[in-house]
Amino acid sequence: MDQKNLGTYALNTWCPGCGNFAILNAVKTVIAELTQEGLPLEKAVLVSGIGCHGKIVDYINTNSFYSIHGRDIPPAEAIKISSPDVKVIVFAGDGDAYGEGIEHLIFAAKRNIDITMIIHNNRVYGLTTGQYTPTSPFGFKGRSTPRGTKEAPINPLELMLASGATYLARGTSHGIELLKKIFREAIAHKGFSLVDVLQVCVTYYNMYDYYDKRVYELKDHNPADINQALAKIREWDYNKDAPICLGELFKKENVAGQEDSAQGPVDRENKIKEFLSSSI
Amino acid sequence: MVDFSIIIGGKAGFGIDRASVIIGRLFNQLGYRIYIYRDYPSLIRGGHTFSVIRVSSDRIAAHRSKIDFLLALNQDTLDLHRDKLKDGCFFLYDPELVKVPGQACGVGVAIGKILKEENAPEIMRNTCIIGALCKAVGIDAKTMEDVLRKEIPRELELNLKVASRGFGESRELTRVEPLVRERLPVVSGNEAIGLGLVKGGLNFYVAYPMTPSSPILHFLAEKATEFGIKVIHPESEIAVILMALGFAYMGKKTAVGTSGGGFCLMTEGLSFAGMAELPVVIVMGQRPGPSTGLPTYSSQTELHFVLNAGQGEFPRFVAAPGDAEEAYYWSAAAMNIAWKYQIPSFILSDKNLAEGIFNFDINSVEPIKEENPLLWDKTSPYKRYLNTESGVSPLAFPPEQGAPIKVNSYEHDESGITTEEPAMAKTMTEKRLRKEKYLSGELEGYKTINVYGNKDSSTAILCWGSNKGVCVEAAKNTDLKVIQPVVLWPFPADRFRDELKGVKTLISVEDNATGQLARLVKAFGFDVDEQILKYDGRPFSVDGLEEELKKWTRKT
Repeated sequence: MDQKNLGTYALNTWCPGCGNFAILNAVKTVIAELTQEGLPLEKAVLVSGIGCHGKIVDYINTNSFYSIHGRDIPPAEAIKISSPDVKVIVFAGDGDAYGEGIEHLIFAAKRNIDITMIIHNNRVYGLTTGQYTPTSPFGFKGRSTPRGTKEAPINPLELMLASGATYLARGTSHGIELLKKIFREAIAHKGFSLVDVLQVCVTYYNMYDYYDKRVYELKDHNPADINQALAKIREWDYNKDAPICLGELFKKENVAGQEDSAQGPVDRENKIKEFLSSSI
Repeated sequence: MVDFSIIIGGKAGFGIDRASVIIGRLFNQLGYRIYIYRDYPSLIRGGHTFSVIRVSSDRIAAHRSKIDFLLALNQDTLDLHRDKLKDGCFFLYDPELVKVPGQACGVGVAIGKILKEENAPEIMRNTCIIGALCKAVGIDAKTMEDVLRKEIPRELELNLKVASRGFGESRELTRVEPLVRERLPVVSGNEAIGLGLVKGGLNFYVAYPMTPSSPILHFLAEKATEFGIKVIHPESEIAVILMALGFAYMGKKTAVGTSGGGFCLMTEGLSFAGMAELPVVIVMGQRPGPSTGLPTYSSQTELHFVLNAGQGEFPRFVAAPGDAEEAYYWSAAAMNIAWKYQIPSFILSDKNLAEGIFNFDINSVEPIKEENPLLWDKTSPYKRYLNTESGVSPLAFPPEQGAPIKVNSYEHDESGITTEEPAMAKTMTEKRLRKEKYLSGELEGYKTINVYGNKDSSTAILCWGSNKGVCVEAAKNTDLKVIQPVVLWPFPADRFRDELKGVKTLISVEDNATGQLARLVKAFGFDVDEQILKYDGRPFSVDGLEEELKKWTRKT
């Protein structure tokens, strides 16, 4: 499967220059590579929420579950539990995963369920035309906060580390090669993985220059060391100016997950009768 | 006809619930039919909990307000229920704990002393009083022991000893003769729902605990391996319904269970199910609201909520079973209908049905079996939302080679790709709604409305859900007709019109303050003449309802 054959007839309606293109291209490349390496395409199931990011599933010609806002994770978990051999890739916005659906995100990490979250973290609500999100910096002036927010952002990677996620990475939409690498690693990881992509919204919060000046790729970092991971995660708090590290931040392997074996066939008729006769 | 009632009461934590089921099973063993109403407050320890165990030679599904025996495990029980006794002295109690005002009376059993001597824990007070009851009603020690052996999971020998001491210290007040006939299983409404779902092909049950539906979660979790299902309790009702839709996407038959408050959280997922055409069975156990309301009591206040929940217009199926047999049958049918039409399908239960204990005669239930949904024939390219004559598109489930399966909460085209085109939006809206027309047609083959009592009576009672039992019995005693619609949506209006032929006065009986079923039938042009409404969370008693009915029938 060539990544060119992975498209659909859906018209792409993202703004020119949108950071989502980098995520789309990186994911298509990774899926194409995985299929060339033997993964049947039908064993990839994509899930998305609502927001600009969600449109990505219309643009990729494989199984998809286009969910509602903030509710991409529960169906993704069900898909994985139903069929443990499928690769479940969830696309979510920052409003979606870190706002409306944050309870699901925390529980999915806690369960260490084997799904991959790709967060299109543009730190602004795009499709609803420019309001602050859980990761917008302090003082962010959006259409619902014209005088600036009075609350600091959450650091989603720190939250995920505390919740039990076993793979955490960060990339940007200005770094497609790194995205491909960490998407592959995240999908290959056995357990709950999350990639926070600093994806730029060119219309409502153009951070290309800001990120370009501050990002660097991790070197000599041991992702198996939770203390090193935490230190790197805390280096930039999504608020104050600081160097922003990219790459694989945390990885914990061989942790038991939620999925278990399939149900064996049983004679239900008989079991119902047995229950009833024991209830006399 | 033998017909008597027992109340056992005490503090929460005394094991009243378990004891009432054991008492029910004892009389069931003697060949009687039983019904148990459970009344308990929303707390874990303390308060006043009681159960009414009604025993009859006939099938029953309602309680009467007068009782024959009172088992008072604490003072409250005697004080609160003694006035219900037909004979003011037919009560059993521990003189150490319960002071009897006035003249000495009743059967005193030194339960506390027995427990102390046997070194038994406090929880065994209920076993001791069951022993005393057996003696008082003439149940022999052997029958008592047989039932206890089956019902008691832990410390059996000690329990048997304590029961036998209670038996020994009691005295015979009357003798209940065994009946020679087939004994029937004793189940809760929730168990009947669970069994029906399993019968209908359930693969996954997903729920967040909420009274009165939590016992389905507990029952199915306990029996998961036996029934070949999986049971999941996720973080919230929002996750519950969304998980269910994920399972449906993968071809797994799934049900969820909740009550009004939990269902509030499910409505966005419900609407998604309507748009994405993902089948799901929703068990909605009603209890009084608004808000937290009376959490452990009953109501019929969510009919219009369930009929109208979720934004947008989409078909749904709603059935409100009235007893254990109907709960079993319609839970299986709801699963078949959900999958046949790819729609959300409701079992609208209420606390009185859910947690009531009934006899269950599976042989009296119409045959029903799991049906297979319409599947993709694998010849033409796959389109998840293929526009067909019936509106039902063939299903395929991931992973399916060569068939990208795309479901979508947005309006979408036949392949499941988002669209905002007006012509496609119109086409797909009509496609979804067309399914309801075909469902209505199929339902003509089901018993969507039940009729009981004097079918020639010009006065009829209109009821739904758990009020079936009390209405059928009250109608028998007052010579009225009962019309019980089980399917509430799509409403079987033509059949309802047929059943109303010859009826001059229609009296509705509902557990709500606004007459929700009356309002529904009004929308189809049917007028209810009188309404008997109860909204204190407690069920109608047979005699209480008869009194109400007589008020109205005397007028006409």
